[in-house]
Amino acid sequence: MKALVAVKRVVDANVKVRVKADNTGVDLTNVKMSINPFCEIAVEEAVRLKEKGVVSEIVVVSIGPKEAQEQIRSAMALGADRGILVETTDEIGALEVAKILKGIVEQEKPELILLGKQAIDDDSNQVGQMLGALLGAGQGTFASEVKVDGGKVQVTREIDGGLQTVELSLPAIITTDLRLNEPRYAALPNIMKARKKPLETKTPADYGVATGTKLKTVKVEAPAERKAGVQVKSVDELIDKLKNEAKVI
Amino acid sequence: MSILVLAEHDNKTLNGATLNVVAAAQKIGGDITVLVAGEAAQVVAEQAAKVAGVSKVLLADNAAYAHQLAENVAGLVADIAKGGYKYVLAASTTTGKNILPRVAALLDVSQITDIIAVENANTFKRPIYAGNAIATVQSDEAIIIGTVRTTAFDAVAAEGGSATIETVSEVKDAGISTFINEEIVKLDRPELAAARIVVSGGRGVGSGENYHKVLDPLADKLGAAQGASRAAVDAGFVPNDFQVGQTGKIVAPDLYVAVGISGAIQHLAGMKDSKVIVAINKDEEAPINSVADYWLVGDLNTVVPELVSKL
Repeated sequence: MKALVAVKRVVDANVKVRVKADNTGVDLTNVKMSINPFCEIAVEEAVRLKEKGVVSEIVVVSIGPKEAQEQIRSAMALGADRGILVETTDEIGALEVAKILKGIVEQEKPELILLGKQAIDDDSNQVGQMLGALLGAGQGTFASEVKVDGGKVQVTREIDGGLQTVELSLPAIITTDLRLNEPRYAALPNIMKARKKPLETKTPADYGVATGTKLKTVKVEAPAERKAGVQVKSVDELIDKLKNEAKVI
Repeated sequence: MSILVLAEHDNKTLNGATLNVVAAAQKIGGDITVLVAGEAAQVVAEQAAKVAGVSKVLLADNAAYAHQLAENVAGLVADIAKGGYKYVLAASTTTGKNILPRVAALLDVSQITDIIAVENANTFKRPIYAGNAIATVQSDEAIIIGTVRTTAFDAVAAEGGSATIETVSEVKDAGISTFINEEIVKLDRPELAAARIVVSGGRGVGSGENYHKVLDPLADKLGAAQGASRAAVDAGFVPNDFQVGQTGKIVAPDLYVAVGISGAIQHLAGMKDSKVIVAINKDEEAPINSVADYWLVGDLNTVVPELVSKL
């Protein structure tokens, strides 16, 4: 079966972002960009399913600026077979992303669609679920285990309180949680090979989707600073502070 | 303006998170309806009817809704919302996050995740970049859909209301998903997201055995819930639902005690709105100290037992 994996180019997880002085957003100039960690887990899972003989072809798609092809190449170096870049520099909301992905799914007809559970920049946690609704397909969100069996997929999900397992008919959407797998590192020969793998470039208009969103970001601010704390020297001092100064115990 | 709140429950008890969502709904202002979708959930509807500020409870009781499968519940919520609601809100729990974006897409509208403040009827604040920036967003959608970060709103009273209960007979069964099983971790301690005190352990505690040996007595003494960093969860010290952070639970207790936690951005996103933060770590340079009100540098294996004995 064919698997489609969506990946997003985001600021690297280890970067501490700074809000721009004019409060229009965060400053991304000269900041290291990477593939979103949850998306990397989605790619890894697709590659593992291919290694098990469940998946025969992995198509990786990214929606974003021209530079997002770097993230598609990274996914190819991990084992994806070909890529689609839907190029746009416009602001684009989760609903519009889901609509573009729906267009791609209708053309490619994958049986498994893998996404990360959330992007670490906007922290929305929406696209997979929205795509599920648009396609009328089942969704296995926050997956920590995926088992494909015949025409069905069993997904173990991380929920508040523990784990839940659901069975979905194919095609199905799976969004990955951190514990699903540990992504491999791309070996140099695979990075070289990835350069030769096919990468198509499209636009949102090719899928009949207008960019933008009805969710306008009015302002972006730095969170309130916590006032500086103090180092205590002993357990007695700590208990004294908690009882008499902070009054929390 | 009418607001539909999706109740969080396990068919027996209304989850406290719903009370925080009702509080957020009151900030928006309008008539508040709570939808209880479940199986044999009449008792939950009765609890919801007593919640302060709720004027109506809708009960959709059917096997299709027993386990809150998004494919079934989202269809129901979207249909009810079309009947004249201006807002649909749910808690930013795994259930709310699973269902609500699906509702939004069915209604062809955008969704706002993790609302932490209501500015006005269509403008809200939410954290982005693991809480390192706060975005103010304005929704121009006909129906505003949002999940509410429960720790950002004080719960309304669970008693005192007298809402009417109406039964919804409509059944939405998409037939594309089936519940197989659930493994719920049994806890004797308070629930992590709602606890007044949280004691968390990180990689520094060394092992699962040591986590319990060192932290259980402290949590017992303080009547605290227990949490963990991702490192401690990944290392298998404790189950995943202990995880506090951007990708785990968001907590904001009165007191958060971080033991053996270095304080990665990801972890800080889940606890830095706590009222008082205490860090116990052997590393003087640990990033956790930058958000801690009090930090103690020392070996947690001696410091924590000493703390327990002196409390």
